[in-house]
Amino acid sequence: MISSRLVKKNKPTVLILLLLPSFIWVGMFITGNLGVNPIEILMDKLGEMSLRILLLVLIISSLSEFTFLRSLLNLRRLIGLVAFYYLFLHLTCYVFLDHFFNFAFILKDVIKRPFITFGFLGFILLLPLVFTSTNNMVKKLTFKVWKKIHYLIYIVILLGIFHFYLLTKADKTEPLIYLGIVIALFFLRIYKKIFIRRVALR
Amino acid sequence: MKKIFSSEITPYSSYINRRKFIQSTSALSIASSLPFALHASHKESSTQFQDQLDEGEELNSFQEITTYNNFYEFGMGKSDPSEKSSKFKSKPWSINIEGLVDKPFTLNLEDLLSKVTIEDRVYRLRCVEAWSMVIPWQGFPLSKLIEIASPLDTAKFIQFKTTYRPEEMPGQKRNILPWPYVEGLRMDEAMHPLTLLSTGLYGHDLLNQNGAPLRLVVPWKYGFKSIKSIESIRFVDRQPDATWSMVAPSEYGFYSNVNNSVHHPRWTQATERRIGEFLRRTTLMYNGYEEEVSHLYKGMDLNKFY
Repeated sequence: MISSRLVKKNKPTVLILLLLPSFIWVGMFITGNLGVNPIEILMDKLGEMSLRILLLVLIISSLSEFTFLRSLLNLRRLIGLVAFYYLFLHLTCYVFLDHFFNFAFILKDVIKRPFITFGFLGFILLLPLVFTSTNNMVKKLTFKVWKKIHYLIYIVILLGIFHFYLLTKADKTEPLIYLGIVIALFFLRIYKKIFIRRVALR
Repeated sequence: MKKIFSSEITPYSSYINRRKFIQSTSALSIASSLPFALHASHKESSTQFQDQLDEGEELNSFQEITTYNNFYEFGMGKSDPSEKSSKFKSKPWSINIEGLVDKPFTLNLEDLLSKVTIEDRVYRLRCVEAWSMVIPWQGFPLSKLIEIASPLDTAKFIQFKTTYRPEEMPGQKRNILPWPYVEGLRMDEAMHPLTLLSTGLYGHDLLNQNGAPLRLVVPWKYGFKSIKSIESIRFVDRQPDATWSMVAPSEYGFYSNVNNSVHHPRWTQATERRIGEFLRRTTLMYNGYEEEVSHLYKGMDLNKFY
């Protein structure tokens, strides 16, 4: 059993650990240590990290179904916001570093290239989750409505995986592994729900 | 929004190991002082490359050209080819001349090089992934090899094949692509004076990551057409297979000329990032070689024959 207190106490450590890669990469970028095409590398790393952390959010949600890991739920919001932070930096990279605010071009890119369409849609759909992440919002919306909104995370992750899948040129193993994880976690939840309901009916 | 010209931007590139020609040539002199003999007479004068540079262009550095590569035979990451190609043995090397020729034969690379004159060619290289470089190649026109091979009149295309050595090329151990890599050209494209068989760059023998010991360079086509580490050259009478267009025919055609009007689902072909620069450049039709090559495709529907 992991106590809630222990988890809460370690929140700052978790935050710093999760943010650390971004500091390192931005530092390497500024000092010229990200190879000869640093914009591409920085953008790829930030995007990949965002997707991985989003997956981590799902994994934590699922693990917390086990009573002894229930306290992990205390980390979920924090980790979700860090995922958004990486996604925001990833998008900033694309808009600023890659296309230097050429919005006419970017708009065309979003419409013409499915992988960018999906990626952009994923970002947009993550916004309501970010804006409703405060305790106040949960109260205001009621937990039931809030929970429904936050099921959007599945769609966001699937869009992210699809974005990654489409932009990958040859070896699609990594996005497929991510998809496998999402599907497994999804069925785990469904299974639990049905199982629990049956128990309740008895 | 106010348009900003690249000249107005302070070199943002201070974040990058920015190339200066002086630095490049120092890399060159280090490279050429290495104790192994060069295949051919790769000259090394600092001005000869610059004479060939188009206005507003700089050479990419030796380091840029040799550490940022797409060569899936050594792995899919850009740095894999430079990091994982040390086992590859490019000497001795021979090339099989096959198909529609008087008599198929095997050509020892040393013999071949004794029959040709090595020239300097500064070309832009435009990758389909929307990045580009300017590279000072050494090599000889493919047409010279075709002369030596003396193909039959019925030969209309050439197919090139990269060597298949999974023990030396770790990327070939996985079926990322159907190995060996193959590419092709139409005979008139192959005979074009710009089409180069390269043996070196910056006055140095080609490194393994750049396609040692012999590679194709077709500057008006996307980089993947410029097949590396060529082991066989086959003359054929119909359009041969080319690896990427077999793998994803809707994305990569046989011709794969640099052409913004042919849409690609992943990368814009309207602009490109010149390695080492911050702002993107506009991609030129046929990568800026329109004057020299557009006659090859006169009357062809370029959206159909992409």
